[in-house]
Amino acid sequence: MDAQISFLDRLFSAGLLLDTGVDGLYGRSGRFEDVIAAFERLIDRTGGGDGAEAIRFPPGMNRAIFEKSGYMKSFPQLAGTIHSFCGCELDHVNLIQCMDAGKDWTKEQEATDIVLTPAACYPLYPVIAQRGDLPADGGLFDLQSYCFRHEPSKDPARQQMFRMREYVRMGKADDVMEFRQLWIERGTDIMQRVGLPVHIDVANDPFFGRAGRMLVNNQRDQNLKFELLIPITSTENPTACMSFNYHQDHFGTKWGIQFADGTTVHTACVGFGLERIALALFHHHGLDIEAWPEQVRQELWG
Amino acid sequence: MNEAIRELLAKVGGLPVAVEQISDEEDLYNAGLSSFASVQLMLGIEDRFDIEFSDQFLNRKSFASIKAIERTVEAILKNNEDA
Repeated sequence: MDAQISFLDRLFSAGLLLDTGVDGLYGRSGRFEDVIAAFERLIDRTGGGDGAEAIRFPPGMNRAIFEKSGYMKSFPQLAGTIHSFCGCELDHVNLIQCMDAGKDWTKEQEATDIVLTPAACYPLYPVIAQRGDLPADGGLFDLQSYCFRHEPSKDPARQQMFRMREYVRMGKADDVMEFRQLWIERGTDIMQRVGLPVHIDVANDPFFGRAGRMLVNNQRDQNLKFELLIPITSTENPTACMSFNYHQDHFGTKWGIQFADGTTVHTACVGFGLERIALALFHHHGLDIEAWPEQVRQELWG
Repeated sequence: MNEAIRELLAKVGGLPVAVEQISDEEDLYNAGLSSFASVQLMLGIEDRFDIEFSDQFLNRKSFASIKAIERTVEAILKNNEDA
């Protein structure tokens, strides 16, 4: 914990991140954004030739789709919903009085049709399902979105609002497994080129509660999730900077994504935690970008 | 016990086939049991037999077939007796 607070304080002092008063919610400086933009170009150079269809969704998604996705079954503790004032003028007067009195004014807020996006690929699946049958060679999609997870922390590598870049592959089981393996190799190579020490390990999502223990064990037993780990604020507990996920036919079945012959597609995704990667670079190469090793600067800025 | 497990499987398993058509040894995941359904089955079995699955039993193997579920429940009941 001390190492996390110390690194966060150094990032604030250097002006790379800006304190908003909420743990895990930070402003980004131009220099911080330069690193993220450069790393995204590196991702583009690596995966750009694969012909992925680029799609950008805003950081909020359709609540009905979110509900159907089953996210609340697995991760209720992480979800964020958007509520708004929907009252009349009298309600407004009460609201202002309540706020002036320092009382809880949020109880009367009503849920809107939008929830905060928990992972960049969640809005994708129903959109692709709507298009109809998937071609025999499947589909490949390039996504990036701010995501929200309610887990306040002093660890700068565990932010509540952060960007996730993703490639999503839809296809036959063998094709999506091959895609996942390719990106495990590519991800390891990219990180080594920018001077970051990595290792790959089997992983699990933070499923909620006792029932979640079983989902965790199932996920690990079946090797459905791998993470690329880089030490940032701890060498014992390195930070997951990329994840490689095989969803089997979970999303295909959920959203009815099929091939023309009626078989359900399998899906896999690779995710880059962009802020975490930038933080790993700052941790390993120092807070002064000008002083980073020449080879790293060359890889990022050419 | 076999009948109680089959009853729960029919109620929460969400299988595309009738439970009567599934043999005791048949792989339930191949028969269409999803991860979520297996969790609901686990909770239903806990409630029905008044037991609690410890971490060592919270895995796919415990729910791989009706026979496997029987063996798991018997092991938990035996552990409880021994304790």
